[in-house]
Amino acid sequence: MSETSHGIGGLSFDAKKRAWPNEMNVFIALIAIIVIFEILGQVLPYMKGQSLLFDFNTNRDGTILNMVRLKIIILQVSIIGIIAIGSTQVIISGGIDLSPGSIVGLTAMVAMSFAQTALVNGNPNPKAIFGEAWMDLPVIVPIVVAIAVGTFAGLVNGLLVAYTRIPPFIATLGMMVAARGAAKWWSKGQPISFPTEPFGAIGNGMSGWSPVVIFIGLAILFHFILKYTVYGKHTYAIGSNEDAARMSGIKVDRHKVLVYTIAGILAGLSALVLASKNLTAQAGMGVMYELDAIAMTVIGGVSLAGGRGSIVGTVLGALIFGVIISGFTYLRLDAYYQEMVKGVIIVAAVVLDQWRRQRAAARA
Amino acid sequence: MTNDIILETRDLTKHYGGVHALQGANFTLRKGEHVAIMGDNGAGKSTFVRQITGVEQRTRGDVIFDGKPVHFENPMDARNAGIETVFQTLALADQLDVPDNLFLGRELVKFKLGPFSILDYKAMRERTMGALEKTGVKIPNIRGTIERMSGGQRQCVAIARTATFHSKLTIMDEPTAALGVQETAQVENIIRTLKEAGEPLILISHNMRQVMDLCDRIVVFRRGRICANLDIKNNDITGEDVVAYITGAKTQPEYADAA
Repeated sequence: MSETSHGIGGLSFDAKKRAWPNEMNVFIALIAIIVIFEILGQVLPYMKGQSLLFDFNTNRDGTILNMVRLKIIILQVSIIGIIAIGSTQVIISGGIDLSPGSIVGLTAMVAMSFAQTALVNGNPNPKAIFGEAWMDLPVIVPIVVAIAVGTFAGLVNGLLVAYTRIPPFIATLGMMVAARGAAKWWSKGQPISFPTEPFGAIGNGMSGWSPVVIFIGLAILFHFILKYTVYGKHTYAIGSNEDAARMSGIKVDRHKVLVYTIAGILAGLSALVLASKNLTAQAGMGVMYELDAIAMTVIGGVSLAGGRGSIVGTVLGALIFGVIISGFTYLRLDAYYQEMVKGVIIVAAVVLDQWRRQRAAARA
Repeated sequence: MTNDIILETRDLTKHYGGVHALQGANFTLRKGEHVAIMGDNGAGKSTFVRQITGVEQRTRGDVIFDGKPVHFENPMDARNAGIETVFQTLALADQLDVPDNLFLGRELVKFKLGPFSILDYKAMRERTMGALEKTGVKIPNIRGTIERMSGGQRQCVAIARTATFHSKLTIMDEPTAALGVQETAQVENIIRTLKEAGEPLILISHNMRQVMDLCDRIVVFRRGRICANLDIKNNDITGEDVVAYITGAKTQPEYADAA
């Protein structure tokens, strides 16, 4: 049966032919961008034949890859990448989440307050938020607090989107402003510092690779969830055709609450890693992270129209993002150019997605 | 005799405010029977179907399905009871493939874990293939997404749902209205396959040739009432007769009060 191949209405299909995965295009784009930077490094007169990722002339660590820069690239996208995992599933469900950056700020402040150590070099903690009874708590306490804050913020987003029927853009914009305010209110704008040693290990452990490990671990988990569970299938179905999903008996509202709550939890986890890595929390942490996260998903082929995209794409999108930022630094271009180019890339990715959808519609 | 009736409505009535969209419809459908519902726009055909499938709640009257009086709260209830409806607007998710769409909202799982239950893709694919074979639907690559399919193929997927879930009654609301000649022929073939398999069907259609070809009986609606019940298999009834009933030029004596 599956061997048959024939046409209906002028169309024909080959049963064996699998569609070219969109992730492949993103991967090729990643390679192409790396190659462009390599070529620029070789030809630009002031670069003196440097290489972005390779290390030909020295053998500092005996590898041909420039591990230092590679680590910087992956590390700098890991923390925002955790948010991007949450944004991926929100966007696939046909929504958008503008609040994770602010949730990061709020969560970092609150979690750090429960992670403080009583004595800093034999002196009382100068940044103490609570009394001594609340200090030197086991590391599980700030972890649970971070997840709880993220869950709460995400739940509010989800309830607003699902039950007030206001556009997700507006609901999460409200959370973006409110959570940032709450982050500032928490310590009256003061930074919170000096965490316990185990807390510091969350973002600095494994010789500094732990944010990467956490990011990849979560990416694998959510790749599995989106591809192989009922939750994932319903997320795609709702983004693809909400009315059809509803008519098929999917509890669309309840599902949306879950989607935004999970995005909130991931923002909370991201805050945990960030605060731990920096050993301090400030109310201004995570500003614009949501937009970088959305950019990563869009570059990775997640359609802002919903129903299309994958975690694999987002991880590749995050790498493209990281390579571009690092590449600009390596070419010694100003940060202004970086942001301008970032903007261009986001728009280009969305245009590409729209063009792809129109082509798919024309084929049918 | 009565136990071979799959669906019966008694005095089924729906008022939208002061508008009497459906008035006292008495309708029966026997097992294995294919009945067409015809009538002008606004005659009450779709209203009638919406009351049966739980899309809307009736004002008055009874619906007896498979021997039991039923009161469906929503389309899902009706579907769980065994009434499968192919809507005019296709309820398909464009970015998903055929098995995903067939099992949307009632996925088969390998391992139950609330919303994170693990999908059983293999079982869904196998049952999809079985259903497509049973209905004679030919879709070469069931793992292709719906957006890559022609209108006819999409309609076939929507119809194949009925075969997958061994529904007791299939309702199709103008399944070929938006299709080309070839595609219409394919959908009609599937309807014939359902007939051979003894699956009852209610077909709403404006296409006289199609109805004459495929159905045993035509029930004509006019201004919210049933005005004729025509046994086209056993009686010599022409398309012109049917048109006369639809337009109001004729009314069967037993429905005289509908005129």
